[in-house]
Amino acid sequence: MARYLYGLMAEFETPEQILAAAERAHAEGYHRMDTYTPFAVEGLAEAVGFQRGRKLSAIVLCGGLTGCFGGFFMCWWPNVIGYPLNIGGKPWNSWPAFIPITFELTILFSALAALVGMLALNGLPMPYHPVFNAPNFDRASRDRFFLCIEADDPKFDLGGTREFLEGFDPVEVSEVES
Amino acid sequence: MDPVETNNLTAVVETDEVIAPGQTYRSVSDRVSDMVLEWPIGYRWAAGLLLALALLFVLNLALGVVFTIGVGVWGINIPVGWAFAITNFVWWIGIGHAGTLISAFLLLMRQQWRTSINRFAEAMTIFAVACAGMFPLAHMGRPWLFYWLLPYPDTMGTWPQFRSPLVWDVFAVSTYLTVSLIFWYVGLLPDLATLRDRAKKRITKIIYGIVSLGWRGSAVHWSRYEMCSLLLAGLSTPLVVSVHTVVSFDFTIAILPGWHSTIFPPYFVAGAIYSGFAMVLTLAIPLRKYYHLEGFVTMKHLDFMAKVMLATGLVVAYSYIMEAFMSFYSGNPYERYMMMNRMTGPYAKVFWTLIACNLVGPQVLWLRRFRQSAWLLFGVSLVVQTGMWLERFVIIVTSLHRDFLPSSWGMFYPTRWDYMTFLGTLGLFFTLFYLFIRFLPMIAIHELRDLVHKKQEESHAAVH
Repeated sequence: MARYLYGLMAEFETPEQILAAAERAHAEGYHRMDTYTPFAVEGLAEAVGFQRGRKLSAIVLCGGLTGCFGGFFMCWWPNVIGYPLNIGGKPWNSWPAFIPITFELTILFSALAALVGMLALNGLPMPYHPVFNAPNFDRASRDRFFLCIEADDPKFDLGGTREFLEGFDPVEVSEVES
Repeated sequence: MDPVETNNLTAVVETDEVIAPGQTYRSVSDRVSDMVLEWPIGYRWAAGLLLALALLFVLNLALGVVFTIGVGVWGINIPVGWAFAITNFVWWIGIGHAGTLISAFLLLMRQQWRTSINRFAEAMTIFAVACAGMFPLAHMGRPWLFYWLLPYPDTMGTWPQFRSPLVWDVFAVSTYLTVSLIFWYVGLLPDLATLRDRAKKRITKIIYGIVSLGWRGSAVHWSRYEMCSLLLAGLSTPLVVSVHTVVSFDFTIAILPGWHSTIFPPYFVAGAIYSGFAMVLTLAIPLRKYYHLEGFVTMKHLDFMAKVMLATGLVVAYSYIMEAFMSFYSGNPYERYMMMNRMTGPYAKVFWTLIACNLVGPQVLWLRRFRQSAWLLFGVSLVVQTGMWLERFVIIVTSLHRDFLPSSWGMFYPTRWDYMTFLGTLGLFFTLFYLFIRFLPMIAIHELRDLVHKKQEESHAAVH
């Protein structure tokens, strides 16, 4: 199988170093890049050019509204239309009694939407990804901070980009093959 | 691996910080994941699991008998139809609440001290809810017909009665279990990736590889991940309050003296947090000792949890006093009789033990000495859990056994099957918990790394 160059991976020791490197790279005009870190470093997503959107919040809102209206309907239809029962002389549409379930289902559907939405937007599960080929990458979930400038970036140039990354004093810069 | 670094970590260090000083990203990652990947199976763990499994078999036996012969093998009767089953249900579900509160509410409040304890507290929640869920199912008598509680178009053309708190309960508890599982799994995701990356055996790598879903720590992923955690925390916080409120509705919607009271929802929620924090302490104190986690679950954590327990205990105490006061102040003879019967009737001993356990005993937590001694705190936590179990027993049995008509009065005497079912769920709980501490990281590793980073920033800021 032919091997392609996925990008150049620079390994850093501290979150401050990688944040500086990513911000600088973005300012230099690199756009196709990502960082891989053992915890969420504040400001890093913005530094690699990610626009913090409202997509996930919107998905969760949709889930919540589905749960809310669906939940109320689930109580209302059976007890008012499908199989009306006189309970203590309460009106058929005794809506306050339907609120607890409406509330619970709102939460349930919101939480499910949050999980599914987060995974879907992140493209997970994805068992294989080229960055796993980078040397030492098992430490991205431990104590090292990785910045990858991808080969399909228009500004990418193997020699120049490598030199650029070396400038930030990384532990190592290596080529990542896909 | 750097041996010096590792040795430092196994040493016992008592500290007043939320994490022992001198930790690095690597040291916390290795320390917590080593407990899963590297540590040999200890005889203490094996003995504990065997004991828990033995109790689990007691549960199998008891439920087997209950299902084949019927719920009549328990001591329940008319008028006391609920007794142990519902006492256990409310007790277990209450215990679960502390886990959600620690993971969700304290996250929203940006409390750093939640970091080392949230993972196993959430595990506790899930296992406690699993135990709780068994009781309403078993108590149905015909548990194979549980799906009658769900709305589906059946051939009889009937639908559930959605004005009933018992139906609300089904939705509240199952939502609670699902959302707790989601929250727990989302929290575990980056840690499972750490285990995948550190595992040496191929099979271990594959298993953790599958469950970690290919997590690679991308900055974009982290951004959405944090948003997701925050949203889940925001959703779980009102959920946890609503669940015990709905549980209390099981009582308050009835007109029985001693149940029909508006103080129940806040009182139940406070009681749930009270017993839940007691359970977190009961689990945390032996865990930190036997796994040498004093540097992560520090005295500061124990101190904070003791204070939460004391505060919620005072809310519970206030509720007891209010409940008694309102019974007399209401001028309702049935309410007044109920309260007199609780204090002086056939179950008076249980009532006064409950008062001693829940109201008097925990007042020692005002003293710093008690909060600073892990084993004294362990003792107090057991007392509180006993007290909270007795509280539910008193609420259920003393109210049911003498209601309006003396001709329908009765007594409840637990049978061996009552005790065996209860002890059996302890077996289920501890079996799950023993397996959890062996196969999953019991502390949230990525949050520890974040905490290490924050502590470093704080110390840098202090220097400059």
